[in-house]
Amino acid sequence: MVEQIVFLIISAFTLTMAVIVVTKRNLFHAALALMASFLGVAGLYVTLDAGFLAAAQLLVYIGAISILVIFAIMMTRRLMQTSEPAFNTQAGFALLTAVIGFGVVFWVFYVFRNIWPLVPDTAVPLASKPVVPQEVLQNSVALMGRAFVNPAGYVLPFEIASVLLLAALVGAIIVAWPKAEDKA
Amino acid sequence: MIPLSWYLIVAALLFSIGLYGVMARRNAVAILMSVELMLNAVNINLVAFWRYTAPDRPVGLTWAVFVLTVAAAEAAVGLALIISVYRRRDSVIAEDLDSLKN
Repeated sequence: MVEQIVFLIISAFTLTMAVIVVTKRNLFHAALALMASFLGVAGLYVTLDAGFLAAAQLLVYIGAISILVIFAIMMTRRLMQTSEPAFNTQAGFALLTAVIGFGVVFWVFYVFRNIWPLVPDTAVPLASKPVVPQEVLQNSVALMGRAFVNPAGYVLPFEIASVLLLAALVGAIIVAWPKAEDKA
Repeated sequence: MIPLSWYLIVAALLFSIGLYGVMARRNAVAILMSVELMLNAVNINLVAFWRYTAPDRPVGLTWAVFVLTVAAAEAAVGLALIISVYRRRDSVIAEDLDSLKN
């Protein structure tokens, strides 16, 4: 029961902050709400026993990506407080599309409610978190680390990810580098 | 006693909110923030499926880390592009960036 209340509070916090991110006209406030939303997602990871990923979420999303976003907002500051509308002309259709998209997903859950029950029910396996020994959960990070460097595991995606990060680093510097004539 | 579907519904809601932001916002930085929300929704799904269906095999965790990596790269390049566009055209409104239109 406590577990469910904690889950509902964290979820409500995450989703409220996400709504603020997409509706707030002041982009700086939206970026702060984005950080709060990332924090809520980290809380959801903790309820899923993924402590390592929660820490990575704090470091990468809140520590790095949000700060990058805030830097970008400050460097394009002049446009932040104009009286221009925050939404384009197709905002109504966008809302309709998002609601229909969620409706379709929810309908799928409703159809498959015998396999993926919508209410807690001890008879169905996916209705509650499976109980596993604490060692298995603690060992998952070590297993993940070994899978990253195992040729039979994920060593190729791991190396490609490192090349991707290098390419993004060099590409970001080159794209943002001022042209010689801009300085004059 | 939390069913798997609760996590999936929260992730679907977060994804829908991000989708609305991508389609409706005019500022390019706001669009990028909405994309980050959508990537977070995907990660919640991956971790939830890992915990409920295969806690002894960290496949979901592994892919969640890859999504995290790609999100970081995407944010860095996207924001560099926005700053470059702002320098050249003095605007970060997505509708004004129409040089490919004609």
